[in-house]
Amino acid sequence: MTTDTLPRVAAQQSSGGRPKPRPWGQIAAQLFLISASILWLLPIAFALYIALRPYAETSKYGYVSMPHSLTLKNFSDAWSQSGMLHFFTNSVLITVPAVLIVLVLASGVAFVLVRVNVRVNVALLILFTAGNLLPQQVIITPLYRLYLQIPLPSFLSDSGLMYNSIFGLVAINVAFQLGFCVFVLSNYMKSIPEEMYEAALVDGAGLWTRFWKLTMPLCRPALAALATLLTTWIYNDFFWAITLMSSGDKRPVTSALANLQGQFVSNQNLIAAAALIAAVPTLVVYVLLQKQFIAGLSLGSSKG
Amino acid sequence: MSDVGSSGTNGAGMSPSRRSLLRGIAGAAGLSVVGGALLTACSSSSTSPGSGTGSSGAAGGPVTFGSNYSDPGVKAAFASLCTAATASTGSKITINTVDHNTFQTNITSYLQGTPDDLFTWFAGYRMQYFAAQGLALPIDDVWAKIGSNFGPAAKQLSTGLDGHQYLVPIYNYPWVVFYNKSVFAAKGYTVPTTWDAYLALAKKMKADGMIPIAFADKDGWPALGTFDILNMRINGYDYHIKLMKHQIPWTDPGVTAVFQHWAEMMPYMQTGANGRIWQDAAKALETKQAGMMFQGSNQVAQQYVTDGAKLDDLDFFVFPEINPAYGTDYMDAPTDGFMISKKAKNVDAAKAILEYIGTGAAEAGFLKTDMWDVALATGLSVPTYDAIQTKSAAEIAKCKAVAQFMDRDADPAMATAMIAIIQKFIDDPSTGNIAALQKSAEDQAKAIYTS
Amino acid sequence: MTSGTEASTPATAAKVRRRRGVRQLSARDKVVVALLLGIPLLLDLAFVWFPALATVLLSFTKWNGVGSLSTKACLPNVPSILNNGCLYGVQNYHQAATIYPEFWPAVQHNLIWLAVFILFATPLGMLFAVLIDRGIKGSRMYQSILFLPVMLSLALIGIIWEFMYSQNYGLINTVIGRNSNSNAIDWLGNPHLNLWAVLVEATWRQAGYVMVLYLAGLKAVDPSLREAATVDGANAWQTFWRVVFPVMKPINIVIMVVTVIESLRAFDLVYITNKGINGLELLSVLVTSNIVGETQRVGFGSALGVVLLVISLVPISIFLFQTFRREASITKDGS
Repeated sequence: MTTDTLPRVAAQQSSGGRPKPRPWGQIAAQLFLISASILWLLPIAFALYIALRPYAETSKYGYVSMPHSLTLKNFSDAWSQSGMLHFFTNSVLITVPAVLIVLVLASGVAFVLVRVNVRVNVALLILFTAGNLLPQQVIITPLYRLYLQIPLPSFLSDSGLMYNSIFGLVAINVAFQLGFCVFVLSNYMKSIPEEMYEAALVDGAGLWTRFWKLTMPLCRPALAALATLLTTWIYNDFFWAITLMSSGDKRPVTSALANLQGQFVSNQNLIAAAALIAAVPTLVVYVLLQKQFIAGLSLGSSKG
Repeated sequence: MSDVGSSGTNGAGMSPSRRSLLRGIAGAAGLSVVGGALLTACSSSSTSPGSGTGSSGAAGGPVTFGSNYSDPGVKAAFASLCTAATASTGSKITINTVDHNTFQTNITSYLQGTPDDLFTWFAGYRMQYFAAQGLALPIDDVWAKIGSNFGPAAKQLSTGLDGHQYLVPIYNYPWVVFYNKSVFAAKGYTVPTTWDAYLALAKKMKADGMIPIAFADKDGWPALGTFDILNMRINGYDYHIKLMKHQIPWTDPGVTAVFQHWAEMMPYMQTGANGRIWQDAAKALETKQAGMMFQGSNQVAQQYVTDGAKLDDLDFFVFPEINPAYGTDYMDAPTDGFMISKKAKNVDAAKAILEYIGTGAAEAGFLKTDMWDVALATGLSVPTYDAIQTKSAAEIAKCKAVAQFMDRDADPAMATAMIAIIQKFIDDPSTGNIAALQKSAEDQAKAIYTS
Repeated sequence: MTSGTEASTPATAAKVRRRRGVRQLSARDKVVVALLLGIPLLLDLAFVWFPALATVLLSFTKWNGVGSLSTKACLPNVPSILNNGCLYGVQNYHQAATIYPEFWPAVQHNLIWLAVFILFATPLGMLFAVLIDRGIKGSRMYQSILFLPVMLSLALIGIIWEFMYSQNYGLINTVIGRNSNSNAIDWLGNPHLNLWAVLVEATWRQAGYVMVLYLAGLKAVDPSLREAATVDGANAWQTFWRVVFPVMKPINIVIMVVTVIESLRAFDLVYITNKGINGLELLSVLVTSNIVGETQRVGFGSALGVVLLVISLVPISIFLFQTFRREASITKDGS
């Protein structure tokens, strides 16, 4: 990203011309972004502030008051009283496989659509992309029935069905997110120069090798960007989890938070702490993959 | 303890799937394709230890119990009930706790999917509806043994439309007007027994700078209780039941009278109810900002206990008389209980557990921890009752009939429609709006009850 | 596109040679193609498209979600419980449009939602992106802060805004001194206010999402274009509107589609606020409460779902038409 911006900055400086409007423009832009950032952070900061204050204090003085004491006790209580580790594990068991499988499958589709002239290319792209845009509610009833019909071996699902199994949740998240990823990845793959493949062809590399060994590594930025978004979406999903999962203790952390809200409804400080803890994993993924995040999101090349 | 047991089971059950998925992806890197790799990985991992899930339900195996008792107070009481049931019957119980809102909205899918052997549910039409769909198991044989513990009303509440029993009740609780004794003593208020006295008291409280009636309806259902009590005070119990079954149209003048009385009371009720959860309204009562609150003891008294507020300052009176023909003969006193799902795997053990729960001793044990509900078993003296519970039991016993609650006596889809209608009424309790809302209710009732 | 920028020349040339017909592939490669396409296709068809079509069929039935469906017609004037799983014709649609009081408010709210997104949230996100893309100091930090709401879970967002909006305890009412029982503003309970209150939350999230998508597009704009414009004496404003914006057409379309779809799919914020009743009715919520509720009116809910589906298909088709045209023109270039 830094290398990308350098020439542009240089270009702006070299153009000279009008020295005055630019600093003012810069200052205005800075002021605008600073105030926007404050507005954007304020609600989150306020929730954090409440989570850091003891319940007894906020119930006496109200949420909007000077702090008499700050404590991490709400966080430790939320962690220990809710069995959060268990629900985090569920979330990981759902999110990690789902993100990996979506990325592999979507890359495969995108590769074939971009590199092999299948006659139904466009129709397939339409099918996948449109599928991702459907509202979840439109498909839930038949999906639920379907999940009750599909048997799974008992080591995949102790209910013996797709329904109420982590495997089932992974499957629907994969199916539902495929479209967007196919779209982004096919756009990204179009920007890979053909010369790369010519060389591989000369070496006699098969289609699989060209896909797995050549294309996939080149798509790393796009995959990282998608991984961030997918992690966010799948980790935060609660619609599939509450409709396709009947066991409370198999649900991911986001829908388990609803449980907590019922449990500690009169202690909002504790609930805020629990919800903030639950937000940590997506933030970690974002920070880790941040560098590739923007660069990898190719939504359609504007270069040609 | 049961939670730990069940989570362990799941962990063991799921890990092979994750392992095989990861292996599948790893395999895909080689020559084999994803699908094939998955299949081979699956078959080889079937021998891995710990894949036994314990849900096979052989006789003597654990009974699974789906519970919507998710709030901390009842959760503890329920856990102690299960421990006692295990001690009595020798069957282990695995509790599957789900947040009660989620549990209720998903009940249809839950019962058709992979339900637990036993599950918590509500008496009345709300039970009958699901029993009539063939989703619950009749338990007449259980009732043959426990029947003598209960009065005819409790048995009636547990009986489906087909005449079979489907539910074993555990407790009920009254919907009454709560207040703080200290506030009434300090201000010299007296308990009203008539509609006029009630309004006069509310007026006086308002003049004293208090919220006369704490009120919240963000969740939609609490206000149904106010409709029910006004309806039963004005039109009586039979009218209530007929209206709930749509044998009386919603455009009936009786319904208009209910809304008109409510509109009279509205200036004294806490404003902004549609944006407030009942817990916050209860908090207004707790902090003495509000003078009274009409709600179930299961909510208000429980909140006092959870918040560590002064429970001995809390008192209640039954909603005052409006129509002398019916006096204070009726009230909502919803009954909760337990049912066996049609798909239950461990039926015999589940029935044994219900037989235990259907005894006075089990109810008394449950109510040691639960300090806001009251037992249904006849002639049972519960030594651990506090003042609220003792008074609740006495007031319920005085009633000629008790209703369950609109969302338990009516088709649930109709209750859902009424939630929206009553929220609109709260926003605009004018006469013109009442007529429009009644018409809308009747149109929807026609679509819901007949085709 | 043909000769304007030097970057496009090799790309176009590559397209000419890029696509190889299936016939040229070896047997093993054909198997690879079949699997790479087949598995995702099967998943997508089985778990997305098949249920979507089944929903269309269900919308012509009366069914409470229990028991089996039959092809018998429903009997008139019979209690619902005996009239289950039967064919109901277009009655569900008729009832939705005539006697279901939530239907038209929901349509109206979806339209308001769409208008706010198009006129405010999306342009705001684009503005963020353009400013950040100019590489001003701290752009990485601004980007992270503004994107933060997109990553938060629904439960957290619900809690966060409850703290802001709560009548008696919330930040807003306390700061403006309207938190006493007589004058409190009921942000989330007043049906004339709550849609706007929730739209603030929605904008808070949507702007960050649009910003990221648009930033991705801006990064892909050839820097030499801007350079040329700047040399010609255009200021930043002119450069953006005359040079960058037109080149961004494909991304603009993506953003428009995302905006429209997100406003049609809007569900979670409203659901977490009050389950979508009392002034917050949206089509997606009505579908959910009828299909996923305690008593299910599957046929009726499906009919509402089909209405939503049909409306969604409009932007989807426009978008696909655009994509398709581009694809087609590329293929033509290649032949």
